[in-house]
Amino acid sequence: MMVDRLDAPIEHLLRELAPQVLSPVVRRFRDFGAAEDAVQEALIAAAAQWPRDGVPANPRGWLIQVASRRMADHIRSEIARRRREEAAAEEAERLALPVEEATESGEDDMLVLLFMCCHPALTPASAIALTLRAVGGLTTAEIANAFLVPEATMAQRISRAKQSIKESGVPFHLPTAEDRAQRLRAVLHVLYLIFNEGYVSSAGPQLRRADLSDEAIRLARIVYSRQPEDTEVAGLLALMLLTDARRAARTGPNGELIPLAQQNRALWDRQQIAEGIALLSTALPKGSVGPYQLQAAIAAVHDEAARNEDTDWPQILALYELLQRMSDNPMIVLNHAIAVAMVHGPEKGLELLRALDSDPRLAKGHRLEAVRAHLLERAGDHEAAILHYRNAAIHATSLPERNYLMLQAAKLSEMRSTDS
Amino acid sequence: MKYILLMSGTKPGVQSYVAWTQQDRDAHMAVLQNITRELTTSGEFVATQGLASPQEAKVVRGERGGMPVTDGVFPESKEFLLGYWIVDVGTPERACAIAGRISTAPGPGGVPTNMPIEVRAFASHPERKA
Amino acid sequence: MKFILMMNARKADWDEYAKWSKEDLQRNVAFMRAFSKELKDSGVFVATEALGWPSEAKIVRAGSNGEPITDGVFPESKEFLAGYWIVDAESPEEAYKIAARVSAGPGRGGESGNMPIEVRPVLGSHADLGL
Repeated sequence: MMVDRLDAPIEHLLRELAPQVLSPVVRRFRDFGAAEDAVQEALIAAAAQWPRDGVPANPRGWLIQVASRRMADHIRSEIARRRREEAAAEEAERLALPVEEATESGEDDMLVLLFMCCHPALTPASAIALTLRAVGGLTTAEIANAFLVPEATMAQRISRAKQSIKESGVPFHLPTAEDRAQRLRAVLHVLYLIFNEGYVSSAGPQLRRADLSDEAIRLARIVYSRQPEDTEVAGLLALMLLTDARRAARTGPNGELIPLAQQNRALWDRQQIAEGIALLSTALPKGSVGPYQLQAAIAAVHDEAARNEDTDWPQILALYELLQRMSDNPMIVLNHAIAVAMVHGPEKGLELLRALDSDPRLAKGHRLEAVRAHLLERAGDHEAAILHYRNAAIHATSLPERNYLMLQAAKLSEMRSTDS
Repeated sequence: MKYILLMSGTKPGVQSYVAWTQQDRDAHMAVLQNITRELTTSGEFVATQGLASPQEAKVVRGERGGMPVTDGVFPESKEFLLGYWIVDVGTPERACAIAGRISTAPGPGGVPTNMPIEVRAFASHPERKA
Repeated sequence: MKFILMMNARKADWDEYAKWSKEDLQRNVAFMRAFSKELKDSGVFVATEALGWPSEAKIVRAGSNGEPITDGVFPESKEFLAGYWIVDAESPEEAYKIAARVSAGPGRGGESGNMPIEVRPVLGSHADLGL
């Protein structure tokens, strides 16, 4: 559906309202999948009419009414199909009654939606798509564009996600106290995945592309506002801010990758860094330190260094040692090896990498090779470094990474030929 | 992760395809179109493209006198790309499974062609944060 | 009319590419980026993709029991698709001109690589396929 570039304030308003409309409609009609469809139709209607007729005095009420009417139509046609005409007429009348806007449930609807969309029964791809739609208020086209897949494909992912929810019988309530912690972890994980996906190349000219990193931060803020006491929620938000702060310095004019050590720190966003550090300062003292807080703390140590050479590597090393106890994620092991190298010398780091050679999760990738090459370079073994940079380049999964690794090999190669 | 699944053939191979019965060709296309539909339903489809016959192929090498230098002569053994699918899947194994399905597309008399499908990963898009 | 412009290379060519100098690499990266931008600005751009290294390539055939059979061994002479552009051009001649531009891109030593670029019409844009 081609829509002229939508008025920005209206677009923002619709995104904000989307989850606030979905919740009462779901509560009223008890069919999450159909409610989500009805709300989508209401949003599309608003996007078409409001720029022309003006935003209504009660935009949320307007959307709830339109969505409810769509739901009533949907149910009416279902009933007509079952041919119970009298009951159908009665049902239709009952359903046409206006939905009470203040369908107070005593629960936080935003959180309920988030928990539902991030339910462990869903695949990560489904959860990401559904969260961006139902909670983020993005259109299917915008989500498709962000993930560089056709709209029809993304529509199917969302449809299948809703089907999974229906089949798993997830109720529209907050999880029980015993499930809460695990379900919250699932939500945080989905938001983390969305944030990571946020690093995408330039998009097409027509559709407004939602910046996934910004969206992840926005959703994390929402969770934080609802659960300010949860330190891992604060940790994730801090991690996102402290990482996103470096965005402007990450790519060069030709789209090339600029690693942390070489970034122009004047381009880092100081406000985001300050906010991230403030979040950590309130969370860490509470004592229930988790992996997101630790990763955020590491990011904070990097972000606090005025120059690359001022980086407090011993502190980073200590943090990675703590982090390794909580997680066996091979990326953490790799980064720990780098920290060891920075504090105790490259040979010590290389020793740790040898232990990873047998890890199947790293075997076929380029990361282990890239880190090894980097440490060999630092150790002065340029011949070996060149070999491993080139091997890493061959296995790189993105062009900027491949180009960067090939360039590193080329630089070292040049140095060797001028020396000899 | 995005993969491209490449279907290639030689000029003689394409010439023999042209000699299939219409029924066999229709059955072949029907299976391929079905696979595309299934991929859309499963949320894995990104794109598919069929290319015109290799008779139309030209190789361009630079310019001379402001005009592109084109050549249409190829060795008989040269493999030409006939078409591709781009899929977005969870694992490389899934990409290979889809390629395997494409490979079963029927040939003359409904016998599976068992054509070789090349599976390649994409290298275009930037990855995670630094 | 849509055309696909394909850059193919044998393993030996890929291996040689991996050994290009820093300047040659940077020049080529800058050129490719500028080329894509040029295609977008002139309104002919449809798509472009770069593919992974051929050492990662697999050939898959249907097995007898439905399990795919994968193979990663290729003859030295095999050409691997390195990347492609799809452009929407007025005529084959325009497509060849575009291909000539990318073919003339800087290669080793900054000289024009004169890379062979295969140009083919994409199905659906061509009424008569001669089949």
